[in-house]
Amino acid sequence: MEGIVKDFPGVRALDHVDFIVNRGEIHGLLGENGAGKTTLMSVLCGLYRAEAGNVYLHDSNSNSEKEVVISTPRDAIVCGVGMVHQHFRLVQSQTVLENCILGIQGSNLVVDYNAIENDIIELGKKYGMEINPEAYIWELSVGEQQRVEILKMLYRDAEILIMDEPTAVLTPQEARLLGETMKRMAIEGKTIVFITHKLDEVIEFTHRSTVLRDGKNVSTVETGNTTKRELANFMVGRDVVFSIVRPNISPGNYVLEMRGVSVYDSRGVQALKDIDIDVKSGEIIGVAGVSGNGQKELAEVATGLVGCNNGSIYIGGQDMRGCSVDGFIKAGVSHIPGDRIGVGLAGNLPVSDNLILKSYQIKEICGGLLFNKRFVDEYVDRLIDEYEVVTPGRDTLARNLSGGNQQKIVLAREIESTYRCYDDARLIVAVYPTRGLDVGATEFVRSRLVQQCSEGAGILLVSDDLEEIVAISSRIAVMYSGFIVDVVQADCVTLEDLGMLMAGESL
Amino acid sequence: MQTVDIAFWASVLSIAMAAGTSLVYATVGEIFAEKSGVLNLGVEGMMIMGAVSGFAAAYHSGNILAGVVTGSMVGGLMALIHCFVTITLLADQVVSGLAITLLGGGLASFLGQRLGVDGTPLVGLIGPRLLQIRIPYLSDIAYIGDVLFNRDIMTYSLYIVVPLVAFYIRRTRPGLFLRAVGENPQAADVMGVDVVKCRYFYTVIGGVFAGLGGVHLSLSYTPGWTESITGGRGWIAVALVIFATWDPIRSVVGALLFGGVNAIQFRMQAIGTNVPAALLNMLPYLLTIVVLVIITYFEGLRKKVGAPDALGLPYIREERV
Repeated sequence: MEGIVKDFPGVRALDHVDFIVNRGEIHGLLGENGAGKTTLMSVLCGLYRAEAGNVYLHDSNSNSEKEVVISTPRDAIVCGVGMVHQHFRLVQSQTVLENCILGIQGSNLVVDYNAIENDIIELGKKYGMEINPEAYIWELSVGEQQRVEILKMLYRDAEILIMDEPTAVLTPQEARLLGETMKRMAIEGKTIVFITHKLDEVIEFTHRSTVLRDGKNVSTVETGNTTKRELANFMVGRDVVFSIVRPNISPGNYVLEMRGVSVYDSRGVQALKDIDIDVKSGEIIGVAGVSGNGQKELAEVATGLVGCNNGSIYIGGQDMRGCSVDGFIKAGVSHIPGDRIGVGLAGNLPVSDNLILKSYQIKEICGGLLFNKRFVDEYVDRLIDEYEVVTPGRDTLARNLSGGNQQKIVLAREIESTYRCYDDARLIVAVYPTRGLDVGATEFVRSRLVQQCSEGAGILLVSDDLEEIVAISSRIAVMYSGFIVDVVQADCVTLEDLGMLMAGESL
Repeated sequence: MQTVDIAFWASVLSIAMAAGTSLVYATVGEIFAEKSGVLNLGVEGMMIMGAVSGFAAAYHSGNILAGVVTGSMVGGLMALIHCFVTITLLADQVVSGLAITLLGGGLASFLGQRLGVDGTPLVGLIGPRLLQIRIPYLSDIAYIGDVLFNRDIMTYSLYIVVPLVAFYIRRTRPGLFLRAVGENPQAADVMGVDVVKCRYFYTVIGGVFAGLGGVHLSLSYTPGWTESITGGRGWIAVALVIFATWDPIRSVVGALLFGGVNAIQFRMQAIGTNVPAALLNMLPYLLTIVVLVIITYFEGLRKKVGAPDALGLPYIREERV
């Protein structure tokens, strides 16, 4: 790919990017959120039309490079380019087989299911991705769905496979398996572009890698000759501090107390069992656990989204029984939800509306019926500035921003809405606050949380990133099947210990 | 006593068949459109335009086939407007559909006053009509023979069209693409299916079927042109799609049931049962709501027979997900 330019409204997403991948290699494509990785690959597979630039592909007939024009996904398929999207593009209500043959114009009108079924089974065996072709997509786990995404591209003889952050949705074991599969495919002569921002995986899986920053190609290197630190520097353009010191102030009053809290979920299963936990002002309590062991419910109870069936909750000493979510917010609870796009933001509203969603009761913002437009604009611009949100303007729709910038909006809104009103008893419930974020944004979010904590907030941090929890928490509560197994001091625990506790063992 | 009962039900079924034919056409058409993800609430407008144009063409040419062809083409043209507005311009499908229903109603009424001889109204004119064709031997089967094999050509066509459409959607390649486009256009697009072309095609087909439904009304069921000849059948068709859970075969059952409601009403009065007419007329919609509740409540059922996932949503390729 040569000189690719792509503009989005108000942003130049790709600025004359050159990108070269050799045949049969696994090529890592790195960059922070919004650096243009996905955009570049979307141009290659015909989803976006570039403003300028040329694409050249290897032509096996003449054994040389040939310029191709890819303006629709169909063109890309004809050229042998297939993309495994981050958000799977599968028809849920159809079977694996039906998804595989989608779009293939066969000579026969009526589908010959048996023959195709055998083909798919064969293909699955060859690459170690066995799957039942008759299964419906909605019956499959995320990892299995990803296999279908890969298989359907292999079934169409894709020579170049683009994997857009494939490991983001996988467990470590599944990710390792995927790595094996990719290696096997490379041996078979397939070319793989592997988009990620996990540096470990780049080092482990790829032959060469390219780093994008702000829509430009910063560097293409042999992976064998580089280090994680060098790659990280390329990504953010400066040295990265990988560890953040946890706040060092002595804890104050209780901001959150839960006593004997039990919750049943919608299926009647007990999701929280007799939980006792407390968070003091100036303290970060990390909640660790394999996902699905009650962390989600714990956060929901602490923010008032779900009422508890038994037990009691106190925010800043105030009994919250029977309180609405509004009551929790008024008591000083901020919530950074795990599902940023679905719950955290109103994607179709502009950045400005998203920033004031929780502050509309503040007098200066809304005096009575009408918003004070001038104040709101100033307020919003100040937050955009302070929280380093990269956006074309305050009127840009939130969904058009990258994940990191979306999270900064949520962070800004949640912190600021309580900041001015409640300096003594503030609780911030942060759920997976850095999930899917790049190095720079992660660092930003963590340091803001730590800063809030040193200014007196109590933070309940639910995360699946153990290093994050150990790095910034003061105490760590480990959850297993709805119980809090143990609460340990963060400065005297090892990752191995945490792993044991998460598996339900005791120390 | 038992023979009386059977004869009673046979006569109800016979009327239901006649009344249901236009419903099946419109419903099958709407199934096509909705399977591709386009909600077409303009069925009523397309039907009534099909009815008026079909009757006018048949009347002036004296040729039934000319009427059928004209009516179906006009239905298709109306659908083309809907396509352009919703697929190309990405406007809201509900708004566009409602507008087309209103437009069709008004336009049909206007044309009905002008399309007679020398600009006189069509109302009251007697034109050619589809004749019932009695199929020898088969129609002699006791009770059901007359019901099934003494019908007009448009009803007979359905005997072939409906199973064919069902097979097409379920088992063929283009049918698979159609379903995929309605369920997840993003997925279909990256696999090389032309979403826009597909949606245009099936929505226009849907319009053609709606037009045919209208034609059957003005050339067979209630021959001639009267204002509001469709009497809300387009809306029943929209409801029927849900009732039939997007399945052409089940739509026939629904159409017979819905079409038969009126027939039952008359016959019931004749044998002395007195069920309020309003209650019976309500029945189709009530049943639709019941079906909707059932398929929404049970998750497994929804995934198997529920509405296409992308129904009513415009598709833009370059939008960030």
